[in-house]
Amino acid sequence: MNIEEIIREENKVYCKPELLEEVHMHYCPGCSHGVIHKLVAEVIAEMGITDRTVGVSPVGCAVFAYNYIDVDWIEAAHGRAPAVATAASRLWPENVLFTYQGDGDMSAIGTAESIHAANRGENIVMIFVNNAIYGMTGGQMAPTTLVGQKTATTPYGRRVDLNGHPLEITNLMAILDGTCYVTRQAVHTPAAVRKTKAALKKAFENAIAKKGTSVVEVVATCNSGWKLSPEQSNKWMEENMFPKYPLGDLKNQ
Amino acid sequence: MKEEIRLMKGNEAIAHAAIRYGCDGYFGYPITPQSEVLETLEELMPWETTGMVVLQAESEVAAINMVYGGASTGKAVMTSSSSPGISLKQEGISYIAAASLPALILNVMRGGPGLGTIQPSQADYFQATKGGGHGDYHLIVLAPSTVQEMVDFVGLGFDLAFKYTNPCMILADGIVGQMMEKVVLPEQRPRRTEEEIRRQCPWAADGRKDGRKRNVITSLELESSKMEVINHQLQARYREIEKNECRWEEIGVEDADYLIVAFGTIARISDKARELAAEEGIKVGIVRPITLWPFPEEAVRKAAQGKKGILVVELNAGQMIEDVRLAVHDALPVEHFGRLGGIIPSPEEVVNALKEKIINK
Repeated sequence: MNIEEIIREENKVYCKPELLEEVHMHYCPGCSHGVIHKLVAEVIAEMGITDRTVGVSPVGCAVFAYNYIDVDWIEAAHGRAPAVATAASRLWPENVLFTYQGDGDMSAIGTAESIHAANRGENIVMIFVNNAIYGMTGGQMAPTTLVGQKTATTPYGRRVDLNGHPLEITNLMAILDGTCYVTRQAVHTPAAVRKTKAALKKAFENAIAKKGTSVVEVVATCNSGWKLSPEQSNKWMEENMFPKYPLGDLKNQ
Repeated sequence: MKEEIRLMKGNEAIAHAAIRYGCDGYFGYPITPQSEVLETLEELMPWETTGMVVLQAESEVAAINMVYGGASTGKAVMTSSSSPGISLKQEGISYIAAASLPALILNVMRGGPGLGTIQPSQADYFQATKGGGHGDYHLIVLAPSTVQEMVDFVGLGFDLAFKYTNPCMILADGIVGQMMEKVVLPEQRPRRTEEEIRRQCPWAADGRKDGRKRNVITSLELESSKMEVINHQLQARYREIEKNECRWEEIGVEDADYLIVAFGTIARISDKARELAAEEGIKVGIVRPITLWPFPEEAVRKAAQGKKGILVVELNAGQMIEDVRLAVHDALPVEHFGRLGGIIPSPEEVVNALKEKIINK
């Protein structure tokens, strides 16, 4: 069998999502952002909402998300994505707004904007990528950094007496009346990837149905920041992150 | 709604004007002395009539970022606040300017620094005209002296903001926000349709319809050579605005021996001082900058020709005086008279200051 016989439409099991741009991503090899971007791109295209979806990118590693997914984008100031999305959504009710936020954006500098947008029940999707570290600025502590976890600003490990406790902001989101769907997922295995995609689809459907705010947390790896190989990172995440940030739906109305 | 004559506060007039000039969205957070803007809008419920969105945000920071978000989609959006709240908005204002977005921001100034006082002030002149937030940018800054101008500048402000895709600030002092005057409210200007917005703002992030390329609103560019080009483009626009949009008012300048330069309601107090001085045979002319940026430099320079001195009267410790001095160089004495902490000078005080600092010096 030669290669021409194999490369045929009926044998195709996988292809690049049409909305992912033909450019090199700046993400480190092994980073979870690439997979999450792919899922977002797939969901938007499959739902047929490319022409009315607007993304709001954060400050952090995903600041350049607008270079990769072929929809309209607004790049927000650090932490302000939910406020930006609030106005864009209310002023264009037919459009579907999603924010893409990291742990600094969602649970440190943008806590107020995130909680209040969710509490108002804005009809938006909030994608929260939690890798327990600030990747873009070189691996400093995030609010979600685990106790004992070493980062550039907790070089001897995070201490509760100095740095407080890891913040489970998604749990906070789940108790707000404005949220309709709050879930925590991961993308470290093919099965987890499929679940995350289903979660994203549900979140976008909720926004279209104007059911309120959907929050999809993706517990993610930052192998550069964690100073582990991609494979070791997945293992470390399973052993250390999942006990603190267990996967599954926190709210599904 | 037809044209209508009403008696109302400046802050209330802003709310009426926003609706009547076809504003798409207002996002604000209460702070004295401008809370009537949001209160009036909530009372008028424009979402039931024109479809305008009104939202009380969780903070000034959120409100200005809602404005950023709304402006990014091509909508005509605004916010209002007072000095401490405007300080909180500065990050967002810098982003709006950097991303070349049209937006309207009202500052009803109160005394500072810090929490300061709720009484009137003009101490945010530097903040409004010299930057305020980070980076090389300018707002178009309009200074109303009457409630009527509060109304008119909402229309003018949006027009200029969209003409230059640049944020515009109405810099009002607490007096014009709080005082009541007769005002002519304009006939209802219809809000633009979505088709009109798409035509007027092909850059807007409003959903990439009809297979167009995606629009990205951002102020980020890490490549220095490209960032320098972006900066030059901004600067070219500022030079264009300086050339086209200087606005000012002159009263009795030609026959005068002395000039008073003042903005906002202080120009009206200064005009009364001009009348009092005339009774004593002192001939004073008034130049009232209406655009504080671009500053009407040429107008001030021309008005100053042949004069014996200029008194700059402000509700601050001396801010616009720097622009007046830059305008006239050292051609004649330029002195400052200001009251601070929320105190408003009487016309008599202004005449006395003119005598002490200029005439008898």
